[in-house]
Parts: sequence; C-alpha cells; structure tokens
Amino acid sequence: MIPEIGHFALILALLLAAVQATVPLAGARRGDAAWMALAGPAAVGQVMAIAIAFAALMQAYVVSDFTVLNVVQNSHSAKPMLYKISGVWGNHEGSMVLWVLILALFGAMVALFGRNLPPSLKARVLAVQGMIGVGFLGFILATSNPFLRVDPPPLDGNDLNPLLQDPGLAFHPPFLYLGYVGFSMAFSFAVAALIEGRVDAAWARWVRPWTLAAWCALTVGIGLGSWWAYYELGWGGWWFWDPVENASFMPWLAGTALLHSALVVEKRDALKSWTVLLAIVTFGLSLLGTFLVRSGILVSVHAFAVDSARGVFVLALLVAAIGGALILFAVRAPRLQPGGLFAPISREGALVLNNLLLVTATATVLIGTLFPLFAQALGYRVSVGAPFFNIVFVPLAVPLVATMAIGPLLAWKRGDLAGALGRLKAAMALTVIVALAALYWHSGGPVLALLGIAMAAWAFFGALVEFAERIRLFRIPPGDSWRRARGLPRSAWGQTVAHAGLGIAIAGMVGTSAWRSEVIDTLRPGDTVPLAGYEVVFEGVEPVAGPNYTADRGRFTVRRGDRVVATLFPEKRFYPVAQMGTTEAAIHTTLASDVYVALGNGPAADGTWTVRLYHHPLVPWIWFGAIVMAVGGLVSLSDRRLRVGAPKRARRPAAAAEPQPAE
Amino acid sequence: MTRKRRRLYVLVLCLTGLGTATALVLIALEDNLQHFYSPSQIQAHEVAPLQRFRLGGLVAEDSVAPLSDGVGVTFVVTDLAHEVSVVYSGVLPDLFREGQSVVAHGSLRADGVFEASDVLAKHDENYMPAEVVEALKEAGQWRGPEAGQ
Repeated sequence: MIPEIGHFALILALLLAAVQATVPLAGARRGDAAWMALAGPAAVGQVMAIAIAFAALMQAYVVSDFTVLNVVQNSHSAKPMLYKISGVWGNHEGSMVLWVLILALFGAMVALFGRNLPPSLKARVLAVQGMIGVGFLGFILATSNPFLRVDPPPLDGNDLNPLLQDPGLAFHPPFLYLGYVGFSMAFSFAVAALIEGRVDAAWARWVRPWTLAAWCALTVGIGLGSWWAYYELGWGGWWFWDPVENASFMPWLAGTALLHSALVVEKRDALKSWTVLLAIVTFGLSLLGTFLVRSGILVSVHAFAVDSARGVFVLALLVAAIGGALILFAVRAPRLQPGGLFAPISREGALVLNNLLLVTATATVLIGTLFPLFAQALGYRVSVGAPFFNIVFVPLAVPLVATMAIGPLLAWKRGDLAGALGRLKAAMALTVIVALAALYWHSGGPVLALLGIAMAAWAFFGALVEFAERIRLFRIPPGDSWRRARGLPRSAWGQTVAHAGLGIAIAGMVGTSAWRSEVIDTLRPGDTVPLAGYEVVFEGVEPVAGPNYTADRGRFTVRRGDRVVATLFPEKRFYPVAQMGTTEAAIHTTLASDVYVALGNGPAADGTWTVRLYHHPLVPWIWFGAIVMAVGGLVSLSDRRLRVGAPKRARRPAAAAEPQPAE
Repeated sequence: MTRKRRRLYVLVLCLTGLGTATALVLIALEDNLQHFYSPSQIQAHEVAPLQRFRLGGLVAEDSVAPLSDGVGVTFVVTDLAHEVSVVYSGVLPDLFREGQSVVAHGSLRADGVFEASDVLAKHDENYMPAEVVEALKEAGQWRGPEAGQ
C-alpha cells in the first residue's frame, strides 16, 4: 500500500510541476497577479508530494519491504540501519527521487522566502524551476520508477554494494545533489532574467546566495568523495581524473567562476550577459554530469547500473534545457544594458582573468572527459589518462592562484598593481620562507613540488595579508583593528577564509603527490618495517565478525624510537550476501601527515601477509582545506541572508574598508 | 578607457587564453592518449613493444597466482579466443575476480607479458565495460544480450 502512495505522490508532483511551469509564466506575460501567485502554492505542493514519495521509499527500505524491486536489488535485512537508509539514494532510482526532492525544496524556498522578489521575476523563476521538475519527474516515472513491485517477493535482498556501505559515501551523494541542484536556481534566475529582459545589481544579489549555497554543498560533496576514495580504495589515491569525478568537478569550476562574476554584476553592474551565460553553462555541466554518470557511456570506475533508455532521456533533457536557454540567450542577451567601465588593471579585471582561467580549465577538463566519446564515434578506442589532466590543469591553476592574492587588493574600476604588490610584501616574504623550509625538509623531492608549496603559501598568506590590510593590523592600535574586523561585512570574512582554505588544500595536494613514501612487502607476524622515520611492527591477524560481514583484522604498532605512536587495525572484509570483499585501510593521522596501512592477501603457505604501508605528508590538509572553503562560503552566505532582505539599492558603498557600526 | 578599448583587451585576453589552452590540450593529448587492445589484436601484432595501452577482457578461470616475490600477482586476460599473461604489483581492486571483466593499463614486455600499472574493475559487477563487450564480439565470443551495452 505505502509504495503505491509513494508512486501516486510522484505522479501528483509531476502534475503540480506542470502547473507551476506554465500558469505563472503565462500570468507574468499577461500581468495577471492571480496566475503568477499560483507558482507559490504549486511549488510548496510539489515539495510535499515528493517528500511523501521519498518517505514512502525510505519506509520500504527501513522495514526491508522485499515486495519492492528497488529494495530487493539494493538492500538486505542484515544490513546496518545507517546503510539501509543511505541505500535509498545509493541506487539510480532512489537517487533520482532525492534529486527532485532537493530541486522542489529549493523551489519551495524561493516561494516561501522570496517575498521581496518582484512578482513577475518570482513567477518566472518558479516556472523555470517547474519545467526542470517536469523533466526529471517525467524521467523517473517513465524510465526509473523506484516503486515497482516483484511478485512473488524473494526472501531476502541482494544487498547494497559493500564498497558503498561506508559513512563517507553515505553522505556524499546528498551533498553532491545539493550542489548540482542548487545551480538549477542560478539557471532559473538566469532564464527568468532573460525572459524579463533585465539584469541588474539586485538580480545578482538574489542569485548569489543560491549559487554560494550550492557551491558550499558541492565543495563538501567532492571533498567527501575524494576522502572516501582515499581510505577505501586501499592505496591512498584521492583524485583519479575519472569521468565521474570530472562530472562533479566541472560544475564546481564553472560555479566558482559564476560566484566571482556575479560579484562584478552586483558591485559594478558589469559583465551581465557573461554572468547569465555562466549560470546556464554551470547548470548545463551539472546535467551533463548526471548524463555521464547515468548513461554509463564512459568507462569509469564508478557507475550506476546502465540502461541506454535512461541515457537517451537525460540527453534529451540536457539538450532541451541547455539548448532552449542558449537560444533564449542569443535572442535576448544583446538587449541587456552594458554596465560600468573598468581598466584592465582593476578588481573587475582580476575577476575577468579569474573567470577566463576557470572557464578555460573547465573546458580542458570537458575535452579530456569527452574526447574518448568523439574518438569512439570515429572508430578509435582510446582513453585520456590522468597525466593529460595534470599537464593541462596545473599551468592554468598557477596564474589563477597568483591572481587570487592580488585581485582583492586592487580597487574597483582602476587599480594600482605596483601598490597591491607592495602591500603583498609580507606574503611574498612568508612564501619564500615556506618554500625554503620545504626545500630544507625535502631536498630530494621534485622541483615542481617547491613551486606547488609556494603557490599554496601565496594563496594562504595573500588572503591573510589582504584581511590584515583591511583592518590596518599593526598600523593602528590592536583594539581599533579588532573594531574594524568586527565591522567588516561577513562577505569579507568569508572571502578571506575561503581563499585561505584553498591554500591549505593545495598544500595537501602537493605534499602527498610529491613526498609520499610507500612500502609494499610480505610480512610475518613480528616483522618490523621502517617507514618515513617511523617503525611499523606487524603483530598478527585475527578473524572478526561484523554485522553483515566477516573480516581478517591485522594489528600493527607504529613506533617512533621507543615511543608507541599508534596501534592500527586494517581489515580485509568479506560480505557473504554480495560475495564481495573490501579493503578497509587503517590510518593514523597527525596534523602534518598520515600513516596508512592496508592489509593485502594472506596468509601465504609460509605464513606471510602482503602488507602495504604508506606515509602521506600533509594529506589531511586537502579535506581540512575543503571544509575551510565551505565554511568561508557559509560565512559569506550569512551576510547575504541579511542583505537579501534589504530593498534594492539600499547598499553600503563598495569600499567596505570603512568601519561599520555593529549590527 | 573606452568601451571599445575594453572589449579589445578582453578579446585579446580571451584569445590568448584559448590559444594557450588549445596548445596545452594538443601537447597533452599527443602523449597521453591510451588506445585499447584486446588479446586477439595483440596476438595479431597490432601493438608495438613499450607502447602504453589498455588491455581488456575477462580474467581467465584459475589463472590468478602470486608472483615469486610475494607482492605481485599474475593472471591471464582472455577474450575467449586468445590470451595474454599479465603481471601486476599494485593493489587489485576489490571487485577483481576470475571470470569477471577487467581493464588494465600498461605495456607489453619483450617476452609478450603485459606489465600493468593499473587494474580497473567496476563497482557494479553486473556491468561490463563497453570496450570489453566489443572485444568479445569481435572475437566471436559474445554470449550476452544484444542490448547489453
């Protein structure tokens, strides 16, 4: 009964979305307030209907209702409750329901909290959001219904893939979808503005919080995914340039560009059509990511079960949404009023450079990801490996990071490059010191690593110096500096934190790529192996039983001199239901590095086990940096929330260095 | 600074960026494209020694064995018409098993053994890489449904 309610709720949601997509749009055209106002109740009704469907599916998983095909294929009665729940979105059908739930949730939030939006813009935004909803709800109902029944029901289910039974991966998809779907808001605002024919600072102020929220969620989602790969795949790789990873990385790059260009629209009323185009492209890349993942068209280590009908449907959605939006853009963009002028050396100029580099980087990742597809069409079977992306991406990242510290110190309209560099002297000095320190500690390492560490230090200290400049640290009494810091808008705090976070993450990426040490050996219980200044003692292996698996658990003692640093318990698990094993690495983390131990095959005839030991310098910083970046975004968001409520044009002067009264 | 001048600057910047990116992409693609070959194609001497490529097929039954150094592993990849021996000293993916499809990156040694630097198996065990499906079809050994790609 309950699955049928869920199914009906989905159908109801589709109908409500269809109403939301059409009536308010016609209303906005005719100037009919009642028709426009229908968008709100339709959006709220849609989210309620989808929430009912999602709850129904969740219920089927929680009670292990094996009359539902989806539950049979992806769950098992012996699975821990956390993974029964995360199993709801660990498969294609359920994840699509989560997708539309988040989509409808964003729409309902605009309906409920967008009171100060002009009624016609609000109606059009919700209508576009409704169209996306129609597309994806139709997709679910036509090709991926999660509520299909099986008769007769089997006694038990097939279990969720054991690799996915992991806390990191349980929460990875919801964050990714929050990011992907959040960019749909920027898309809807862009298309609505094109229909409306007007883009101004107020528009940018409405778009930015949604983009910022989506960006934060995507940052966390990508971070979680890479963290999972790091500890679950058994050797400590954290990024593979795999098509599915690229699918989430491209919207992140484009979304980062969008965040920065929306800033120019907001403060200076320039770059308007570019920002609208970026909003369309960013969501287009999110849809492309969905297509690549769902269609299985590219060879990837991650993939959902594949069905070509689904791929065709998502491709049609992609073409309709992006093609339609781009045609609208081509027709309407020339009508947008061009905004303020600026010199090449200015804050705007730096942000344009940032956008160019980010978009170029996005394009190169796109080429690398799609190239095998085109080659296949021409009859070649090729793939593009990680070296391609490293060669292309790094030269683009270097100027990007270099600009990142300088840009915020330039004035709007016309900046003073020499002055900005002069104020960055402290950052330069610190960067050189860090690079020399890295050279001292790792004189044997690759030269490029020094450059990488210097970039990281430059980004980090550049952000701090910029903040210190704003509060005139050390030039006026500390009390006055503190008062200035308190008076700075939250967006300034957010910018500093996010930029510093990127510096931290870069340091982590460089550290582990350049200075990793590894030992792969066959060990007998009692053997000792030296590893990057530590000694690792293999104590032995014992069998253990988990809730739905059995495992061999190794015991390793990590020592430094006479001191025991840590005891580690890596496991090799076997899940009898799925007939599959997983490797659970054990990691001892200090702030500066990880000791990573993975148990391999064994015991061999002579009683030895294959053991893999790694020392990953700085690697925790990657995820710490990602969290800091997301926190920076959230801090900035808390500022926007206040401003979104403010009426148009009632703005502070752009030069925010003036002290503000505490709010 | 007139509007026209600004446009010009932006345009020049864009073109520089685009040019650099194109150059980078072309250089990188030239060296880092990896072609895919099946065991039958290797048998037919279509692959030069030391050329890096991707090998795909099924892991032959009862072929997985540890190497004498205890760390590495050897197995046989087959398209059910021909076979190639593979040696690998990294971490085998958890989904790797005999009779399942696999894709390995690496190159042929002079003795005809494939030395793999990476081995991929899918998270989803019902899935067979499209490349492997085609290799099996070409070898005339495809048993799955026609729509299985």
